[in-house]
Amino acid sequence: MGDNIIIVTHLLNSKIMETLQIYWWFVISLLGGLLVFLLFVQGGQTLMFGTADPQRKSLMVNALGRKWELTFTTLVVFGGAFFASFPLYYSTSFGGAYWLWMTILLSFILQAVSYEFRSKSGNVFGTRTYDLFLAINGCAGCVLLGEAVAMQFFGADFTVTRGSILNGAAPVISTWNSFHGLEVMFAIPNLLLGFAVLFLARTLGAMFFLRFVEAPNEPAFARRASRRVLFNGTTFVLLFLCFLFALFTADGYTQLADGTVVAVPYKYFFNFIDLWWIGAPFLIGVLLVLCGIIRTSLNPAFRLGFWATGVGTVIAVTCLFCISGYNNTSFLPSTSLPSSSLFITNASSTHFTLEVMAWVTLLLPIVVGYIALVWHKMTTRPLTSAELSAEDHIY
Amino acid sequence: MDELLSTVDWSRAQFALTAIIHWLFVPLSIGLSLIIGIMETLYYRTGNERWKRMTKFWMLLFGINFACGVATGIILEFEFGTNWSNYSWFVGDIFGAPLAIEGILAFFLESTFIAVMFFGWNRVSRGFHLAATWLTALGICLSAFWILVANAWMQYPVGMEFDPAQMRSVMVSFWDVALSPVALNKFFHTVLSGWVLGAAFVVGVSSWFLFKKSNRELAIDSIKIASWVGLVGIVLTMWTGDGSAVQIAQKQPMKLAAMEGLYNGQRGQGLTMLGILNHNKERNDSSDPFFFEITLPKGLSVLANHDAESFVPGINDIIEGVSLDANGDTINTVSYAERIARGRAAHDALRAFDSALAAGDTAAMAAANKLLRADFPYFGYGYMESADEAVPPVALTFYMFRVMVIGGGYLLLLFCVTLFLSYRRPNILSNKWMTLAGMASIPIVWCVSEAGWVTAEVGRQPWTIQDLLPCRAAISGISAGSVQLTFWMFVVVFAALLIADISIMLREIAKATRRDLLADDGKH
Repeated sequence: MGDNIIIVTHLLNSKIMETLQIYWWFVISLLGGLLVFLLFVQGGQTLMFGTADPQRKSLMVNALGRKWELTFTTLVVFGGAFFASFPLYYSTSFGGAYWLWMTILLSFILQAVSYEFRSKSGNVFGTRTYDLFLAINGCAGCVLLGEAVAMQFFGADFTVTRGSILNGAAPVISTWNSFHGLEVMFAIPNLLLGFAVLFLARTLGAMFFLRFVEAPNEPAFARRASRRVLFNGTTFVLLFLCFLFALFTADGYTQLADGTVVAVPYKYFFNFIDLWWIGAPFLIGVLLVLCGIIRTSLNPAFRLGFWATGVGTVIAVTCLFCISGYNNTSFLPSTSLPSSSLFITNASSTHFTLEVMAWVTLLLPIVVGYIALVWHKMTTRPLTSAELSAEDHIY
Repeated sequence: MDELLSTVDWSRAQFALTAIIHWLFVPLSIGLSLIIGIMETLYYRTGNERWKRMTKFWMLLFGINFACGVATGIILEFEFGTNWSNYSWFVGDIFGAPLAIEGILAFFLESTFIAVMFFGWNRVSRGFHLAATWLTALGICLSAFWILVANAWMQYPVGMEFDPAQMRSVMVSFWDVALSPVALNKFFHTVLSGWVLGAAFVVGVSSWFLFKKSNRELAIDSIKIASWVGLVGIVLTMWTGDGSAVQIAQKQPMKLAAMEGLYNGQRGQGLTMLGILNHNKERNDSSDPFFFEITLPKGLSVLANHDAESFVPGINDIIEGVSLDANGDTINTVSYAERIARGRAAHDALRAFDSALAAGDTAAMAAANKLLRADFPYFGYGYMESADEAVPPVALTFYMFRVMVIGGGYLLLLFCVTLFLSYRRPNILSNKWMTLAGMASIPIVWCVSEAGWVTAEVGRQPWTIQDLLPCRAAISGISAGSVQLTFWMFVVVFAALLIADISIMLREIAKATRRDLLADDGKH
C-alpha cells in the first residue's frame, strides 16, 4: 500500500513537472511571438532612414518613439523568463554564442538612447548619427534576433559537461567552438530567418505608420507606406517560404527512452503534423499575416492590416517556437555532440521554481490589460503634425 | 590557468564597468520619479499650472537620464549569460526567478506608463496622468526590489539546497529568497539612497538657477520639496546602513574586516574614522596597517554588534578561525585552512556521487550525498589554493566605505540647512557660497552612491555567491581576448553615451536658465 502511494506520488510529480515544462515553453514561445510582432518598431526605424522630409520623419519617429520601450521591455522579459525557466539555455547560448548576443546587445543600447537624444540640443554627435543608430538597431536587431531563433532549429557546435564545474583549471560547463557565435551569424538557414524577420518587421512598421500616423495634407504618405507593405511583405513571404523549406527538410534531434539522442529526418515537418493543434493555428497565423499584407497593399485606406498581420505574427511565431521544443524535440541541438543537445526536460529549472514562476504568470492578464488600456488611450486618434507642434517633449 | 584568470579578471572588469555606469542613472530615476510625483500631485490637488510646468521641467531631465538607465540595464542582465554562464546554470534556478519577476511586474509597468507620463498630457485625464506618474515611480521601485533580492541572495544565499544529480543549487523556499533580511535591508538602503541622490540633484540644479539669478520661485519650491525628500532619505539611509553593518558583521565578517582594514580584532574594537592604509602591509607581518588613523573608541564594536565590549574579528582572526566570547575567552570558529579542506572534500563527494549516479549505485550515491551535505557550506573554498585568495581588496573597500560615510554626513548637513533656509531664510539660499555648496552636492552624492556599491561588491570578492561559488568558477568559456575586446567596446560606447547625456542635461539646464520656466509658453 505504502509503496503504491509512493509510486503514484512520484508519477503525479513527474506529470506535473512535465506540464510545468510544457507551460513554460509556451510562455517563452508567446513572449517570442510578442517580441517578433513588436519588432515593428525596429522595422519602422529602417523605413524612417530613407525619409528625407523632416516633418514626415518627425511624425514617424515620434509615433514609433512612444512604443520603443515596449519592444525593449519584451526583449528583457524574454531574456529574464528564459533565465528563470531554462537556465541551461541561457548559460549555453549566451555564454557560447558570445558575439551574436553581444552584437544584439550593442544594437539595442544604441536604440535606447537614440530616441531621447536625437533632437536634443547638445547631443554631441548630431541627429543624423542617432538616426543611423536607429537604422542599425532596426536592421541588426531584427536579423540577429531572427538568427538566434533559427539557431534553435538548426543547432550549433557546443558541448555541455556538467561535471566540468569541478575542474578547477577549466571549470566551464558549456563550451562552444572558437567562433563563439560568428558562425551562427553567417549560416545560410539562419540568415534566411533573420532577413525574413527584418522584412516582416518592415512590413509591420509600414502598417503601423498607416494606422497610427495621420498626414492629411500628404496623400503620398499613405501611398508610399502601402507600396512599402507590398514590397517588404512580398520579400518576407519569399524568404519565409525558403526558411520553411529549409526547416521542413532539416533533421531534428529527439531523445530515446534510454537517453540516447538521435537525429530524425524531417522532424519539424512531422512535428507540425503530429502536433496538429499547433500546426493548425500556425496556418491560421500565416493566413492572417498574408491577409494583412494583401489587403493593405491593395487598399492603403485599409487600417486593420497592422492588427491582422500583427496577431498573425504572434500566433505563427508562438507556434514555431512551440514546435522547436515540444514532441521530445531538442530546442538547441548540438551539432558536434548530440547528447549535449538541450531539451525542455534537461534544460529547465526545477519543479519548485517553475511552479513559483507559474503563479507569477497569473498576473500576466493584468499586465496585458493595462498595456492594452494605455495603448488604446494613447492611440485613440492618430498622431498629427499639429499635435506634435503643441508638445514640449518630442523626439 | 593564466588564461582562465585573465578571462575572470576581464569579465569582472566588464561587469564592474557596466554596473558602475548603470548605477549612475538608476538612483536618479528612483529619486526624481518620487519628486516629480510629489510635484504633479500638488498640481492635481491645486490645479495650479506652475506645479505642472515645474513637473515638466524635472520630467525632461528625468527622461534624458532614464534612457541611459534602460540602455545600460539590459547589458547587466545579459552579461550574466554571456560572461558568467557557469553562474547562470549553477544558480539559475534561484537567481533567474527575481529577474523574470522584475521583468513581468516592474519593467512593463515602467515602460507602459512612462509613455503616458511624457506624451499623455493632452491624451488622458489629469487623474490618469497622475496615476501613470506614480505607477512609473512604483515600477522603478519594484524593479529595484527584485534586482536587490537577486543581489542580496548573492551576498547571503538562503532558501536553497544543492542538488548533486544536477550539479547545481536549487530553490526550496521562494519566500526565504524574496524576504531575506539582507534583501529587505538592502532594498530600503538602496532605494532611500536613490531618494537622496535625486534630492541632491534637484538642490544642485536649483542652486545653479539661484546662482544665475534665474527661475527663483521654481528653485526655492524645488529645494523645499527636495530637502524634505533628501532629509527623510538620508536619515533612513543611515538607519538602514546601521542595519546593513550588523548584517555584514554576522554574515560577511571578512567584508567588514576589509572595510575597516582590520587584521587583528579585539573586544571593544575602535572604528577608524579617517586613515591612510599602509599599502606595504602583508597579512601575516607585524607592521601597523595604518600610516595614520583617527579612531573612535569602541566604535566598530557598537556598529557591528550594538555592544561596546563585543569582539570584532579581523582578517587574520577569521582566517585562523579564532574569536572571543562575551567573557573574553578564546573560542574556535572554522579556519580557512579547514574550509578549503572541507570544500575539497565536498568536491570529492560530488565526484563520487556523479560516478555512483552513472553506475546506478544508489547506496554509493546516498553515502556520497551524506558527505557532500556535511561539507557543502564550504563548497566554494574547494576552488582555492590558499586562504589569501579569500581576502577582498582591502584598500578599495576601506576607502570607498569612508567616502560613503563622510559624504553621507555632508548630505545630512546640507539637507538640514537647505530645508531650514528654504522655509525661514530663502534669500540665503541665493548666497554665492550656499549655491556653490548646493551645486557641489551633485558630484558628491554620485561619489557617495557609487562608493556604497563598490564597498558592497568589492567587499564580497572573491565570491559571486558568498562561500559557494568564487568568480573563477562562475565564468563562461570564452577567451580573455574576446572579453577584453568587448570591454573596450563598452568603454567607448559608455563614454560616448555619458558625454552625450551630460552635454544634453547641461544644455537643457542652460536653456532653462535663459527663460522663465513658470511662464505660460502656450504648450499644454
